[in-house]
Amino acid sequence: MSTADMQRRQVTGRGIPLPGNDIDTDRIIPARFLKEVTFESMGEHVFEDARTQNPEHPFNQAAYQGASVLVVGQNFGCGSSREHAPQALMRWGIRAIVGGSFGEIFFGNCTMLGIPCLTASQADLEWLQKAVAREPRTPVTVDVDKQEVRFGDRTIQAAIPDGPRHQLVGGTWDSTAVLLEAGAAIESTARRLPYVVGF
Amino acid sequence: MARTLLDKVWEAHTVRVLPSGQTQLLIGLHLIHEVTTPQAFQMLKDAKLPVRMPERTVGTLDHIIPTTDQTRPYADPLAEEMAVHMYRNTREFGLPLLDMATGRQGIVHVIGPELGLSQPGMTIACGDSHTSTHGAVGAIAFGIGTTQVRDVLATQCLAMTKPRLRQVRVEGALARGVYAKDVILTIINHLGVKGGVGYAYEYAGPVIERMSMEERLTVCNMSIEGGARFGYVNPDRTTFDYLRGRPHAPQGAAFDRAVQWWTSVATEPGAAFDDVARIDGSAIEPVVTWGINPGMSVGITQTIPSPEAQPEPERPTFREALAHMGFQAGQPIKGARIDVAFVGSCTNGRLSDLRLAAEVARKGKVAKHVRALIVPGSQQVAKAAEAEGLHEIFQQAGFQWRKAGCSMCLGMNDDKLQGREMSASSSNRNFIGRQGSPTGRTLLMSPAMVAAAAVTGAVADVREILG
Repeated sequence: MSTADMQRRQVTGRGIPLPGNDIDTDRIIPARFLKEVTFESMGEHVFEDARTQNPEHPFNQAAYQGASVLVVGQNFGCGSSREHAPQALMRWGIRAIVGGSFGEIFFGNCTMLGIPCLTASQADLEWLQKAVAREPRTPVTVDVDKQEVRFGDRTIQAAIPDGPRHQLVGGTWDSTAVLLEAGAAIESTARRLPYVVGF
Repeated sequence: MARTLLDKVWEAHTVRVLPSGQTQLLIGLHLIHEVTTPQAFQMLKDAKLPVRMPERTVGTLDHIIPTTDQTRPYADPLAEEMAVHMYRNTREFGLPLLDMATGRQGIVHVIGPELGLSQPGMTIACGDSHTSTHGAVGAIAFGIGTTQVRDVLATQCLAMTKPRLRQVRVEGALARGVYAKDVILTIINHLGVKGGVGYAYEYAGPVIERMSMEERLTVCNMSIEGGARFGYVNPDRTTFDYLRGRPHAPQGAAFDRAVQWWTSVATEPGAAFDDVARIDGSAIEPVVTWGINPGMSVGITQTIPSPEAQPEPERPTFREALAHMGFQAGQPIKGARIDVAFVGSCTNGRLSDLRLAAEVARKGKVAKHVRALIVPGSQQVAKAAEAEGLHEIFQQAGFQWRKAGCSMCLGMNDDKLQGREMSASSSNRNFIGRQGSPTGRTLLMSPAMVAAAAVTGAVADVREILG
């Protein structure tokens, strides 16, 4: 992929509301599905137990099939570091997430996959969740560059910290190449550490 | 200006400032295990990249391994495949693997400190959220995802944003029957499960200073449950005494030179924090979680709170928790019947934890309807416990004595809850489905409280058993 292909200035797609706070990564993908050496099958198991227990779960509803912008509550993705969680969401079709706050490791994992996670106020989130539920076919635009979310004729403020925003907008979120550019500075930093060279 | 440990360790490991404004942070110790690495190794192979600093990488097997029969191939073909990949990847990339044959295998967050791999002033990363554990030795240690594991393997670095720093001071002194687990559950209850988002926690104050290293490991382990990606305790005499003589710690005169450097990285008197939180340690009683996140806890003498008493946005989660757990608001937590008791995990699977559980196990027998497991955190913990005869105390009381691994903390091996079983667990997460059954229920508590629940058959006050 070229840098241009990787730029995530904005993501537009149909929305899917998932109300509730503190939805953890075990809920997103239960641990028994982690016994895989690839991420390929993760999309099939997203929210598997929650969907089995609740036939009305948004990920089960016909209206939201094909959605790509997930609208959540507070502390979404807390818990385990498993990248399987954002992988499962991504492979189901999610391309951007708007919420009140995010588990930090989950947020970092999403950034590494080019999935912007933006935060918005509780009132705006509740409005957006209801609006999407009313009009599931109306596209949601997550504007990473301008830090706003647009739905119909309304725009709400949304935020993403500067570092990840620059990575996503600039298309440098797949960071290995960027980190390798430091070259010998990596080794010279290591050589300044007494525990690396020996006390 | 007086500086914090976070300031000094961050600066010492800064390779450069990235165009995004983030820090390119050098990782001094990369710990790896079988569950979150196979995809990372595949990405490395696809990109034809070597491991940048194999000598700063250490692997073990913990999440999927059985705690009964560990003969290869494992009975579970999926677990076996993950083990095969771990052996193959570490061999191909020339990385050390602390497997069963070494006698040093165990939960990655137990063996790091135990072997002296984790040291003050280091940056430590691992594809596991409980990497925060290693902060107890005075390190900056945090969990990462698999694509970040790839970055560390390929570059020994991560692109990171420096968090704000909150000092969490635990004042006073702990009462008898109150342990490190009760302290961290209280901190999470007070500051909230997302209270630490954007922050690192520096644990301080008389209660933390008086804690043993193993107690500090328990506290730092659950930083992530409070939303803080990492937490640490400043290195002190307790830290140095703990590390002295450990296989990977500096030896002889080098140890004394190390102590000088380790001392120099500690937070200086008068350093400023972005926030300070104070907890009265003297007021803490044994804590039990009643809900579906680690912040939903009460003291053993208290009752389960009412959703109506919570701020409006919290009420749906409280109602969901009550429904899942089958509890009523206002019900005492004491006396809640349990089906399973689990002592183990990276939170509470160390020798001192097993000793506390054994002290209770000496005074009773596991209730007839309870299945009780003791799972040491590492082979070395198991060996030390057996040398003291703890395994016999447990077995005589009706507990199963298992081999080392993550086990029923997350149910990736055969150790799982069945159906709606209620578990008293010394682990770290009470999330719905966490212990292997989609409808299973978890009550988090200290290892002594788990043992007390096991012999009572219901949630009990360990102080009444200890007398």
